[in-house]
Amino acid sequence: RRDVHNATRVPFGVMIPVRVSHNQSIGPGVVPAGVDPAYDAQYANHKGPVAHVGANGFGRPFSVAPGPITHTQTPYVTGTTVLGMKYKDGVMIACDTLGSYGSTKRYKNLQRMRVVNAKTIIGFTGELSDFDYIMTLLDELNTNDYCEDDGKELSPKEIYSYLCRVMYNRRNKFDPLWNSLVVAGLMKDGTQFLGTVGMIGQHYTDSHLAAGFGNHMARPLFREKHTDDMSEPEARALMEDALRACVMRDKSMMNKFQIAKVEFGKAPTVSEPFAVATSWDYEKFKNPSEFAPGTW
Amino acid sequence: SFPRSIRIRRAPSRDAPPTMAHSMRDDPDAGGFNFDNVRRNDMLRGTGLHFKNAMKTGTTISGIVFKGGVVLGADTRSTNGETVADKNCEKIHYIAPNIYCCGAGTAADTEAVTGMIASNLELHRMATKRASRVVTALTQLKTHLFKYQGHVGAALVLGGCDANGPHLFTVYPHGSSDALPFATMGSGSLAAMAVFESDFKQDMTETEAKELVARSIRAGIFNDLGSGSNVDLCVITQSGVQYLRNHETPNERTYVRSKGYDFPPGTTQLNRRNFMTASSASLPLNETVIISEGSPEDAMVM
Repeated sequence: RRDVHNATRVPFGVMIPVRVSHNQSIGPGVVPAGVDPAYDAQYANHKGPVAHVGANGFGRPFSVAPGPITHTQTPYVTGTTVLGMKYKDGVMIACDTLGSYGSTKRYKNLQRMRVVNAKTIIGFTGELSDFDYIMTLLDELNTNDYCEDDGKELSPKEIYSYLCRVMYNRRNKFDPLWNSLVVAGLMKDGTQFLGTVGMIGQHYTDSHLAAGFGNHMARPLFREKHTDDMSEPEARALMEDALRACVMRDKSMMNKFQIAKVEFGKAPTVSEPFAVATSWDYEKFKNPSEFAPGTW
Repeated sequence: SFPRSIRIRRAPSRDAPPTMAHSMRDDPDAGGFNFDNVRRNDMLRGTGLHFKNAMKTGTTISGIVFKGGVVLGADTRSTNGETVADKNCEKIHYIAPNIYCCGAGTAADTEAVTGMIASNLELHRMATKRASRVVTALTQLKTHLFKYQGHVGAALVLGGCDANGPHLFTVYPHGSSDALPFATMGSGSLAAMAVFESDFKQDMTETEAKELVARSIRAGIFNDLGSGSNVDLCVITQSGVQYLRNHETPNERTYVRSKGYDFPPGTTQLNRRNFMTASSASLPLNETVIISEGSPEDAMVM
């Protein structure tokens, strides 16, 4: 580093200026080393630009974390499965209201389904903070729509396509948004829309969908019993059946659900929380080790 | 090198021959676990040897207790990695005239362990002159599997009817068991369990129970890649057993060429013709077989 107390004061923050020659014979250019000893003496103690590394000698500047740039590796506050199905009057999605923190049931009032605009609803599984960021992005889309003020707003399929691109591009940067999303709504041509996007950008549309554990427990039931022209009570009964199967077998789920639906000609609604009936009075549960001590 | 003071030497007994290490092979009556090969296996793993995984069944098996008995169900696909090894295997194994056991996991393990317990129970029936009980099979399976600490990869649904009524148990590879009114195991167990959680009722009739178990196996077949082909059922009541092999075949081969296959002469290109007559060739076409022992009929049995 330069000694700032020498006679020739250099303005603060400036490196040693390169000595430019205006000699007509060699033309403009930097004076090479060895030509001007006084100038070279200034370089004797000069250190080159310092590479900015972390406190440990490697890694990013101003970081204590070692190694290369790392992003989200594990989720922290998570939501479990979301189920969705189309029916005659519209489309409905359902999930529980639990936000788990690892193996703790931490947030029991979490709304995992949100209304996006007058025709679209969205539900998430996975990390809560990443979903809040996604809602911020969707909010920006809505603001743009509002500012355009042309009476049109984004259709569910457009929101779904936008989210597919967001999730895939984040995955390509090795910094995924740790969510599986279910997007549901009504299209202008009078059809329902139901699609899912995952954290690596995989996406799929169908008449009935699930994200997370529901793929194993609820999809078999939907495949057996779902038809596109179910009435609303039938669809709700099938949805509650699937929710019961999921909550009986998913350890990170609780018996407190909401159903969000978009119906033709009505605004999207998210229902009040409810529980499904469970039965525990099977004979074989009463005394399982009656004939075989050590069994439970 | 260790200092002399802490070097431990085993005093050789007068009768035993001078051997290097005292292992289980020298004393087969010693009880407990045999860890002789642990050091060898770790050393082999260190040199990069990968132990081959046993063939897994990739299965949906399930069982239900209904009013008066038990219904067991299974699919019939046996997989070896990503290939279907056997399209129509039998996963419901006989244990006793009134006890059957579905097996998921490693095929060899389920076959061997259920066969072993079936043989034990037959000897036991001869000794006690009584019908076997389901809990006998359960306890023998559990103690065997626990002894091998999960290395015997057999996940079983054991069901039967005995003097104490109908029973249904699940047994896990590490040796634990559950007594349940309805049970599923295998890779398709979640799909089958979804059907049971949705529609199981206490005290169903035999027809209802058979239909529910068949539905659960079909859910596994059509929603799980490791399960497929047909549905086997086994209904066990106090009066007897109905073994319904291929009770449902929802995966029939659909395409059959209606015209059949006929290949006109010239379909296969002839490259060379070579005729031999019996007399010109030195083939032993007429050979007399002399039976040295046994009767001529024995020669017909393969």
